[in-house]
Amino acid sequence: MAVKPMTSKEVAKKVMNKEPFFILDVRNEGDFADWKIEGENFDYFNIPYFELLDGVEVIMDKIPTDKEVLVVCAKEGSSVMIAEFLSEAGLSVSYLVGGMKAWSEHLEPINIGNLKDGGEIYQFVRLGKGCLSYMVVSNGEAAIIDSTRMTNVYIDFANSINAKITHVFDTHLHADHISGGRVIAEMTHATYWLPPKDAAEVTFEYRALEDGTEVTIGTTAINIHALYSPGHTIGSTTFVVDDQYLLSGDTLFIDSIGRPDLAGLAEDWVADLRESLYKRYRELSEELVVLPAHFMILEELNEDGSVAEKLGTLFAKNHGLNIEDEEVFRKLVTENLPPQPNAYQEIRETNMGKINPDEEKQREMEIGPNRCAVR
Amino acid sequence: MKANVILDAKGLACPMPIVKTKKVMNELEPGHVIEVQATDKGSKADIKAWAESTGHQYLGTLEEGEVLKHYLRKSSNEEKEERKHPHVISNEELEKRLESNDNIVVLDVRESAEYGFNHIPSTLSIPLGELEARMDELNKDTEIFIVCRTGNRSDLAAQKLTEKGFTTVFNVVPGMMYWTGKTTSI
Repeated sequence: MAVKPMTSKEVAKKVMNKEPFFILDVRNEGDFADWKIEGENFDYFNIPYFELLDGVEVIMDKIPTDKEVLVVCAKEGSSVMIAEFLSEAGLSVSYLVGGMKAWSEHLEPINIGNLKDGGEIYQFVRLGKGCLSYMVVSNGEAAIIDSTRMTNVYIDFANSINAKITHVFDTHLHADHISGGRVIAEMTHATYWLPPKDAAEVTFEYRALEDGTEVTIGTTAINIHALYSPGHTIGSTTFVVDDQYLLSGDTLFIDSIGRPDLAGLAEDWVADLRESLYKRYRELSEELVVLPAHFMILEELNEDGSVAEKLGTLFAKNHGLNIEDEEVFRKLVTENLPPQPNAYQEIRETNMGKINPDEEKQREMEIGPNRCAVR
Repeated sequence: MKANVILDAKGLACPMPIVKTKKVMNELEPGHVIEVQATDKGSKADIKAWAESTGHQYLGTLEEGEVLKHYLRKSSNEEKEERKHPHVISNEELEKRLESNDNIVVLDVRESAEYGFNHIPSTLSIPLGELEARMDELNKDTEIFIVCRTGNRSDLAAQKLTEKGFTTVFNVVPGMMYWTGKTTSI
C-alpha cells in the first residue's frame, strides 16, 4: 500500500469540516499528553515510534480500517518510518509533512467580514497553537495585528490581494509566541506600534500606542481606535476597528479571560484586569464583534473555522465576565492557574529584542499550547 | 566520561539516532556503557524514554556545543543474583556514618559514566572491572563501604577485597538506586 504525504493545510480542512479522522501519534507520551492535533471527530492512538522498531504488529488492532489514518511525529522522520511499516503490513496511511513543527506554524486565513467602505478584515487562525492574528485591508493598504513569526504568510497574502502593509500592531507584549511584527514592519517599511507600558525594555524603535490613538488605514477612514485595557499585561490594549470589531488581544477570549501572571505577579494586576473587563468593556457597544488573540478549545471555533462572537453574547455567556464577587474573581485569576506557556520568559525577551534565537530555537520555544487564559 | 562503545549519530535526524542505538545496544555486553553522540535536539527525550521502556539505564547527557552525548548502560540481570558477602549496611546507616564524619572510605564500583552523572560526595570511584588492578589504592586498615546501583556489583567487590585480606569491608544495600542522601555529579 502507498504511503501518502499530507500537509498541515489538508489537516486544517479536516479540523474545520469536523471530519472523522484517525491520528496515530508516535511522539513521546509526555509530548502527546501536553499537546496534539485537536479535532472534534478525531480519534487518537499514541505510542512512541521507538516502541515499534521491531514492527507494528502490536498495534495493528488499534488502527481502524474504516477511517483515514495519519501518522504524526515531531518533525516527520519517525512518522514516515512508521507509515512505511504500516504500509508493508497492508494498510493505506498518510504521514504529516513537517510533523508537529509544521502543524504549529500553519496559518489559515479566514475572511471575517466587510468593513463599511468595502474593505475587509481577515483572521489568521493558527490551529496548532491557538493563536489568532489579523489583517485589516482598506483601499490597497493593510494593517497587521498580533502577527506570528511566520512573516511571509502575511506578506504573501497582502501581495496576493494587492495591498501594501502600512501599519503593524501588537496589542501587548506576547509571552506565548514570538511576534513577527517588528520583522514585517522592517521588511515592508511599515510603522510598528506597541503599547509603551509593555515596551519599557525593548531594544528597538516603535511608535507608542496610547489610549485614544487613532490610526487610519487606506484613503477612506478605517479607524483603528486604541483602548487601554491593562490586566493580562500592564500595557495591554484593545482595538476597535471600523466601529464594528473589538480586537481584544489577550484580555478577553470567547470562553475565557486573560491570565494576569505571565509578565509579573498576578496579584498586582488583578484590579486592572477586573477594571478592564467589568468597567471599560461594559461601556462599549454590545454589537461589537470580539476578535481575540487566542482560542483555547475547539468549541470556540465557529462553523467556518473563525473565532468571533458579539460582545453582548460574551457578557451573557463568558464565565469570566460574570463573577459578581471581586474576591472570587481574584481567586480565579491568581490561584490554580494552568502551567505557563513553554519558554515564556525567553519568548518575552525575544519579543523585546533582548535575545535573538535562531529559527530552530524559536520553533522549539513555541512548542505546545498557548496557555494564556484562565477559565 | 568513559564508555565501552561510542556511537556517532551526529547529523542524523529522528528516528535514526534511536534506530542506530538500538542496533549497537543489541551487540553490547550487559552492564557495558554506550556513548551516543547526536546533534538532533529531540534525541535526549527520546533516548531517555526509550531506555526506560526497554529497561536499559539512562545515565545522563552532556552537551558540548552542538553535540549531545548520551550515556546508556545496557541492562543486566544483576537484580536476580544472590548476594554472598556477610557484612552489609543499609543506605540510611551509611548516611549516618557519613554525617558523623568518621574516617571511612566509600568505594563506588559502578562504571565511570554512572559515577560521573550521580554519586555520593567524596567517594572513591573504581569500576568493578578495574578493582583487581587498582587494589593498591585502598588501605587494608580503614573501614571500606562499597556501593553500586543495586548492591550486587558491590557484593562481588566486597568478596574480592575480603579474599585479598581486607577485613573491614561492608556492602551497602540497596545502593545508589534508592539513595536519598546527598549526591553530586562531575
